Amino acid sequence: MGAILEIEGLQKTYAGGVTALQPTDLTINKGEIFALLGPNGAGKTTLIGLVCGLVRPSGGTIRAFGLDMARDWRKARARIGLVPQELSVDMFEYVLPAVTHSRALFGRPADPAKIEKLLKSLSLWEKRDQRISALSGGMKRRVLIAKALAHDPDLLFLDEPTAGVDVELRRDMWQLIGQLRDQGVTIILTTHYIEEAQEMADRVGVIDRGVLQLVEEKRALMARLGTTEAKIALAQPVSAIPAALEHFGLAIEDGGKVLCYHGAGEGEVAPLLKALLAEGIDFTGIDVHESSLEDIFVDLIGRNHHDQEAAR
Amino acid sequence: MSFNLRGTLAIYKFELARTWRTLFQSILTPVLTTSLYFIVFGGAIGSRIDTMGGVPYAAFIVPGLLMLTILAESTANASFGIYLPRFTGTVYELLSAPIGVAETLVGYVGAAATKSVILAVVILATARVFVDYHIEHPLLAAFFILLSAVAFSLLGFILGCWADGFEKLQVVPMLVLTPLTFLGGTFYSIQMLPEPWKTVTLFNPVVYLVNGLRWTFYGQADVNFGAAITATLGFMALCIAVIAFIFRTGWRLRS
Repeated sequence: MGAILEIEGLQKTYAGGVTALQPTDLTINKGEIFALLGPNGAGKTTLIGLVCGLVRPSGGTIRAFGLDMARDWRKARARIGLVPQELSVDMFEYVLPAVTHSRALFGRPADPAKIEKLLKSLSLWEKRDQRISALSGGMKRRVLIAKALAHDPDLLFLDEPTAGVDVELRRDMWQLIGQLRDQGVTIILTTHYIEEAQEMADRVGVIDRGVLQLVEEKRALMARLGTTEAKIALAQPVSAIPAALEHFGLAIEDGGKVLCYHGAGEGEVAPLLKALLAEGIDFTGIDVHESSLEDIFVDLIGRNHHDQEAAR
Repeated sequence: MSFNLRGTLAIYKFELARTWRTLFQSILTPVLTTSLYFIVFGGAIGSRIDTMGGVPYAAFIVPGLLMLTILAESTANASFGIYLPRFTGTVYELLSAPIGVAETLVGYVGAAATKSVILAVVILATARVFVDYHIEHPLLAAFFILLSAVAFSLLGFILGCWADGFEKLQVVPMLVLTPLTFLGGTFYSIQMLPEPWKTVTLFNPVVYLVNGLRWTFYGQADVNFGAAITATLGFMALCIAVIAFIFRTGWRLRS
């Protein structure tokens, strides 16, 4: 998979002296879904704004589709779509003309059939003659997505695409994002819903206080930083851990009725259960909890803040 | 992709569509206001005033009133055109699109100037109902109207970028342009002014616009037509330079 976006030393310091993004390197692969996670004010929107031309960089280079964004910005921007975080829509405009306008703005020829298909895929076709101001928040969000997709972008930025939308719409969005990926669109999304990143992302980046803390395959990250906890309810209480099970690091709880396992990554629950049976220890129930991406994220950001406070 | 023609046309059509959506505000209001000027100053008061250089007073004020409307509407249309997306946040789409300074200028300024020219034609047709005027150099008049509309649409675009509130959007048209137009010989010949005001008034750029247009109507004016054209082109060049600076630095548009 080749790189579709290459960022080198990209940084942003605003006129007031606030550094929103420290020098950052990042490569996005063609066809992947990349989730950029971070707390409020971490620099996620600044990073997106820098690539999309909304924010002027203080330094560094951006290459998209192999094109230098400083020199070949017209060609590059024509292939990039952006769904902003805010519900920034022209309230006096109507749905169909607004989406058609977006396609033309990016230099693409009129294609009513394409726009119709797009609006239908977003359940907006029935609303095509409605004024945008009359739509619900969720529908306005769909209009923003339709506008961003109207020119068939190869690289799509979704800045908090499901912020403030109901569960049903969020599920629809996830489905849509999956479909776009299947069509070969590369997607970079920022989100507060870690569940969203866990559900969809191929790779994850964590940014905090303007610093890109890590970039890693989601599965590898969860295997590396995740934990697995298991509580095994025993048929008969035990008073000590058999020698053959010592390397699992088990703890005895509830008067010997429960064995507790705590392991790194995806853990070794299945080998543990086999070993228990081999030792003739029967069990009546098992409760397994694997840490989510959210647990990892909270832990990572918490540790980062703690380290920074300690360094002061 | 070198020049984004489709994007430019999209902006142009979008802006013109806004005019039709706000027909009362965009066309009917300025036409009514200017017609009232023709009735009051041309018909009622003008009939009691002597001719100005051989031109009846009612006809004398037609070019000035036309210029007053062109300047006000060009500035307002272009400033509102770029300020509204900044205010609502929809400017993100313009900034992230393959749209540069040339496309933006042709789109926004072209649409604002087109509206002003349409308005000028409507006002001239309306004026005919109240005033008997003639145009000695119709092609030059059309050219000068277009030039003035473009120049002040450029100014309006700059205002729309500069303004950070609706009040500021009104400041320059109301507190600068209107006084300059009223003091720029719309209702009188600057030859009627005593010194030093006659000389001072030559520093008012609107004098050149009003008199430039008046010359195309009646073949006579207080300033030379060539000077009027030169001043307008110079003003246009200055505005284009400022807009190029805005796009190069991202001032007020990009953070």
